[in-house]
Amino acid sequence: MASPAAELESRAVESSSRWAEFRAWITQPGVLCSTPVLLLLLIGFLAPLLVVVGYSLMPPRTFDFGHVPTLENFISIVNESYYRSFLWAFGLACITVVLLLIICYPLAYGMAKLFGHWAHLLTLLLVIPLFVSENIRLFGWVLFLIKRGVLLGALESWFGIGADSMLYSVPAIVLGLVYVYLPFTLFPVMLGISMVPRDVTEAARDLGASRWQVFREIELPLAMPGILIGAMLTFVLSLGSLAESKILGGQAVIMIADDIETAFTFGQNWPLGSALSVLLILLVGSLVLYVLRRLDLDEILGRR
Amino acid sequence: MTGTPILRLVDLSKKFDDLRAVDGIDLEIYDGEFFTVVGPSGSGKTTLLRMLGGMDQPSQGDILLRGERINDIPANRRPTCMVFQSLALFPHRSVGQNIEFSMKMKGIPTADRRARAEQLMAQLHLPLDYYDKNVAQCSGGERQRIALARALAFDPEILFFDEPLSAIDYRLRKTLEKELKDIHRETAKTFVYITHSLEEAMVMSDRIGIMREGKLVQVGTPDEIYNKPRNKFVSEFMGEVNIIEVQKATEDKLECPSLQTQVVGPSQPTGFNSGHLVIRPESVRFLNNSGSAENSVEGTLYNIYSLGSRMQYQVRVGTHVFLVEKLREQGYEGELDDVVKIGWDARDSILVSD
Repeated sequence: MASPAAELESRAVESSSRWAEFRAWITQPGVLCSTPVLLLLLIGFLAPLLVVVGYSLMPPRTFDFGHVPTLENFISIVNESYYRSFLWAFGLACITVVLLLIICYPLAYGMAKLFGHWAHLLTLLLVIPLFVSENIRLFGWVLFLIKRGVLLGALESWFGIGADSMLYSVPAIVLGLVYVYLPFTLFPVMLGISMVPRDVTEAARDLGASRWQVFREIELPLAMPGILIGAMLTFVLSLGSLAESKILGGQAVIMIADDIETAFTFGQNWPLGSALSVLLILLVGSLVLYVLRRLDLDEILGRR
Repeated sequence: MTGTPILRLVDLSKKFDDLRAVDGIDLEIYDGEFFTVVGPSGSGKTTLLRMLGGMDQPSQGDILLRGERINDIPANRRPTCMVFQSLALFPHRSVGQNIEFSMKMKGIPTADRRARAEQLMAQLHLPLDYYDKNVAQCSGGERQRIALARALAFDPEILFFDEPLSAIDYRLRKTLEKELKDIHRETAKTFVYITHSLEEAMVMSDRIGIMREGKLVQVGTPDEIYNKPRNKFVSEFMGEVNIIEVQKATEDKLECPSLQTQVVGPSQPTGFNSGHLVIRPESVRFLNNSGSAENSVEGTLYNIYSLGSRMQYQVRVGTHVFLVEKLREQGYEGELDDVVKIGWDARDSILVSD
């Protein structure tokens, strides 16, 4: 029934309609707007990542890809006790997250519900330090905490109290992490708390719930998306932190980011550094994916 | 309706900075009655209700529940429960968990909670398989019923309603109004309801309080409010009525500047000087062919609306536009711009102050 000419024509129509479909898709405002950032991510994020993955499979202390892939680096991570720096990083990140949640929840609650326009001032005070380099702020802490520094020097000369400096210890690292990452916990938690409608908590109270019950049954679960995001952000950032353990911790403990840096610089062992990075990325990535699967970002950003 | 007062408000006031949102309210609400506070937005009715529920603190005055001052008792320890305008359902809980919330807080065993929740769901025409449904997936009317079931599960002595039906479409609202009245009769609890719609209040209430700028303007049964509005504000609230500015002419005659004529009105109170005459659209008659009335005026017919079972006519007389309503089968047969004669009797008009 269909002549060859008609068939050809219908194919041409089909391909032109596919082309039209593609054009319609590519010229959507959303696609067009995201093109620059997609290109940037491709070149600036995905490509380096692939290079790192490639290096992690090369034999130790090599500097090109011309070798047979091997898992040697990953084996040496386990054998040469690099897992310790992983554990330190995870442990300190966990402590930081817990401390920050305890500090930030009441503060965020106040800023979201109670302080009124004072909350703007507080936000400003918390944001302005972010314009100063993290290292400079941490050196500020060194001056504050060091023997004969601002704190101990003042205690000694005014009150005659002599005390050992907490500098170059694990608590000093935790202090630095808590200080630096406070805004990263605070603001998401604040967003989470402000998403809890006032009349919903009032209704719970009206239905006979005590303050504690309102917190446990209503506020906490409804603010959970913000809390999870804040905790995740802080955890990931603390895990990859370098400056706190170096500047405030001295050589008290070595965190994973420190090991990675050493492998790439002094160690001149790019494959080992890459393997450590890949492992860190896998651990963090699976954690983030797990948390994000439980969250509805659309809801948090108020699109629903 | 009389009875024992369950709630007594004495000089109850709430100030926000310089604004007196609620200004010296004295009121008794009787045990088991359906009391409705009607007022425009900003009249302070929500603030009043929030004070009764314990969400806001009065700046002045007392709230007495069965004679005991409850000003300082927090919301969770008052035997009252509010149905919020937003309904304030717990979005992260199922229908059943919402209804059972107050019982869970009291520590009632799971099986008892469930039995009571299912009983309430049946009473409020909620399908039992909604028990595990997410409240976000329920329709507007269902959400109303869940909110009411949740409040009833608390077993309060008084239920407060903060305009819960305002966001519901007309037909469903009419159904829910009647259901609410049935629930009131079945539970025999005291209901305090607030709304901006006098029509809604008329359907459900035993008594109505009209609120304006933080004060109660008039309190009475729906009949009293309808037949004896105290002033122009209350009459305007009743919807479409003719309100004509009048001044005293003689002992039984009133001067109407907008109609440029004098009319016979109801008996004037002593010392009456000027006020407003309220005439219902259905009390005005067309007098062209036959019939007579104590008062009559001539004007031009300038709009005809169909209201379904009734017809509404606008007749321009002087600078005033009269509203006339007739049953459809008794409607006026005429054309726009016809010169028509309309009239009403003195006993169908109400004289109110400003």
